[in-house]
Amino acid sequence: MKKYKVMGLFSNFREAFNVVEEIGAQKIAGLTVDDITTKSPIEHPEIDEILGQRRSHVPKFTLCGALFGMTFGFLFLASAQATFLVQPQGGKPVVPLPSNIVLTYELLILFGVLFTLTGFLITARMFTKRSSIYSENVGIDQIGIVIEVNENTIEPAKALLKAHKTLEIREEVLK
Amino acid sequence: MKDINEDIKWAQINKDVLRSMENPRMGYWVAVATCIAMVGCAVLAEIWQYRYGMGYANLNWPHMWDLYIATFIFWIGMSHSGTLLSAILHIIHADWRKPIYRFAEAMTTFSLMTAGLFPLIHLGRLWNMYWVLPYVSDRGIWPNFRSPLVWDAFAIGTYLTSSALFLFIGMIPDLAICRDNARGWRKKLYIALSLGWRGDDRQWRNFRRTYLLMACFLIPLAVSVHSIVSSDFAMSIMPGWHITTFPPYFVAGALYSGCAAIITLFVLLRYFFRFEEYMTLSILEKTCKLTFAIAMVWTYLNLIEFASTWYGHDVAAKEVLLEKFYGPYAPYFWMMMFCGSVMPFALAFRKLRRHIPTMFVVSLFLNLGMWLERWMIVTPTLANAYHPIAFDTMWPSMIQWAIVFGSFGWFGLLFLVFVKVFPSVSMYEVKEMVYHRRTAAGKDPEVVLHHPHRRSDDEPEPSGGTPPPSGTPGLEGA
Repeated sequence: MKKYKVMGLFSNFREAFNVVEEIGAQKIAGLTVDDITTKSPIEHPEIDEILGQRRSHVPKFTLCGALFGMTFGFLFLASAQATFLVQPQGGKPVVPLPSNIVLTYELLILFGVLFTLTGFLITARMFTKRSSIYSENVGIDQIGIVIEVNENTIEPAKALLKAHKTLEIREEVLK
Repeated sequence: MKDINEDIKWAQINKDVLRSMENPRMGYWVAVATCIAMVGCAVLAEIWQYRYGMGYANLNWPHMWDLYIATFIFWIGMSHSGTLLSAILHIIHADWRKPIYRFAEAMTTFSLMTAGLFPLIHLGRLWNMYWVLPYVSDRGIWPNFRSPLVWDAFAIGTYLTSSALFLFIGMIPDLAICRDNARGWRKKLYIALSLGWRGDDRQWRNFRRTYLLMACFLIPLAVSVHSIVSSDFAMSIMPGWHITTFPPYFVAGALYSGCAAIITLFVLLRYFFRFEEYMTLSILEKTCKLTFAIAMVWTYLNLIEFASTWYGHDVAAKEVLLEKFYGPYAPYFWMMMFCGSVMPFALAFRKLRRHIPTMFVVSLFLNLGMWLERWMIVTPTLANAYHPIAFDTMWPSMIQWAIVFGSFGWFGLLFLVFVKVFPSVSMYEVKEMVYHRRTAAGKDPEVVLHHPHRRSDDEPEPSGGTPPPSGTPGLEGA
C-alpha cells in the first residue's frame, strides 16, 4: 500500500490545533496523533500537550557528556602529572586533588556542552533532507500539520484539513 | 510603556530583521571604517613590538604585567553580558531580553576572542606560544596544572567554545528563515549553518531542551571563568591582590561592564539598523535598572575590599591602598570610582534613562570606569610590592596604548560584521514574545499573524502545488 505525507498550511492556529485534536480523538479511522508532525514558526507547547508524551532524549547525552568529561578530565590531568614522577616534587603530591578539581570541573562542562550539541543534532534529526512539501511560510507566520497517511486515509485526511480552512494542501508520496 | 508593540505582524518582524542585514545606515559604514583604522594602529604596534622586543612596550621588572593583562581581564568581563542576558534571564523567564539577547551573546563570543589575543601578545615570543599547550614534549615539560594561569587557559577555552555554540544553537531557527529568503553566497552559507531546520515539533522540542541545558552549563561556567581570572591575582601573595573577596568582586565587575557595553551597543544597533520597534525604550530602561543594581553590588564589594585591607593589619596591602588614594595613580583611581560608583546614579532617574544620547554617554563612562578598575588592580600593586628596591611608577608606552586601542577596533569589527551577516534580533523569540504577551493580556494572538492568503468562503478549493507568495523580501546576497 502506498504511503503519503499530506501537509495542510494554516494561518489560524486554533484551526490547526483543532485538526490535531480531532485526529487525536480518532475521528478518522486508522489515524492517530503518532501520524502527525507539526511545523511552526515558534514552539507551541499547547500542541505538544495534545500530541502526548514525545520526550526529548537530549538530557541523556548531556549526562553522558558530563560524566565523560569529569572522568576523562581527571584522568588526563593525572596522567600528565604522572610524568612529573621523573621530576623533583618537593614533597608535594604528584596528583594534587584541590587544583585538579578546578580543571576537572571545566572539562565536565566542556564535554557536557559538546555532548548536548551532539544529542541535539541526532535526536532532532537535523541533517535530514527537507521534503518537497516544506513551505517557507512556516518560517513566517503559518503552521503546517503534516499527516502520514495511506491510500485509505488520504482523502478523509484532506477533507479534515479542508474542513478546518486550510490555506493550502501539499502532498508527497513516500518511498 | 510596553516592551514591544504587541500588534506587530510576524511577517513584518521577518521583514525588518532581514532588511537590517542588507541596508544599514551610513553610520554603520563609518563605524566599520573606524574599527579598521583602529585595528591598523594595533597591527603596526604589534609588528614593532614583535620586531624590536617587549622593551618598547615598557614592560620590565617589576612591571611584567600592565595594560595587556588589565585589558585581558576587561574583555573577559565584557563576555559575561551574554551569559547574564541570555542564560540567567532565560532561566528566570524574563522575556524582555528576547529582542536584545542575540547581540549580547555575540558580544560574549567576540570579547572572548579579543581577550584571547592578549596573553599571546603579552608573551612577546609569539612563535613559542604552543609551549603553553599540554602536548607531549620531548623535554618532558608539561604545563603546571597547579597554576591559575593554566586554569585560565582551560576556562577561557571552555567558555569560548560553549558560548560560541550557545550563540549558534540559538540562531538556527533564524538561520533557516534567512536560508528561505536569501540568494547567492548568503543562501549557501545559511543552508550550511541552518543544518536542515524545518521547524517541526521534534526539532522545537529538542531545540528548547538543548538551549536550556546549555544555559544551565553556561551560568556556572561564567562564574568559574571570572573566579579563575581573579585567582591569577588572589592566589599570589602580592599586596593588594591576596584578597578573599576577589572572585565575587571580579564576577560583579564582569557583569557590570557587560551590562554597560550592552547599553552602548543597544543604542548603536538601534540607530544603525532602525530597530526602534524592537530595541524599545522600555527594554533600555530595564537594562539600565539591571546595570544600576549591579553597579551598586560592585560599589559595595569595593568598599568591603578597602575595609578589609584597612582593618586587616597587612602593612604592605595598606600601603598599596594608600598609594591608590594619594599616589601617582590616584587620578585614575578616583576616575574609576567616579565612573564606576557615581555615574551609575544617572541610571536611577527615569528621565535620564529615557534619553538615549545621555545613556550612550553614561554607558561609555561606565565602560571607562570598568577598564580603569582592571588597570588599578594590576599596576599599583606591581609599583608598590614588598621590596622597596622594586618601588617604581610605570606609564605604558604608546605601543601598549595602540594595541589596547586596537583591541576595541578588533572587537567592534567582528561585531559589526556579525550583525551584517547574521540576524541581530531573534525573529522567532520576538514572535513568541508577541504571541505570549497577547495571550496573557487576553487579546487574540491570531491578529498578529499576517493573512495574505486567507481563503474566503467564496474562493475555490485549495489544491497542492503552487506555494503562496512570501511576504518577506529576499536577501540579495550582497
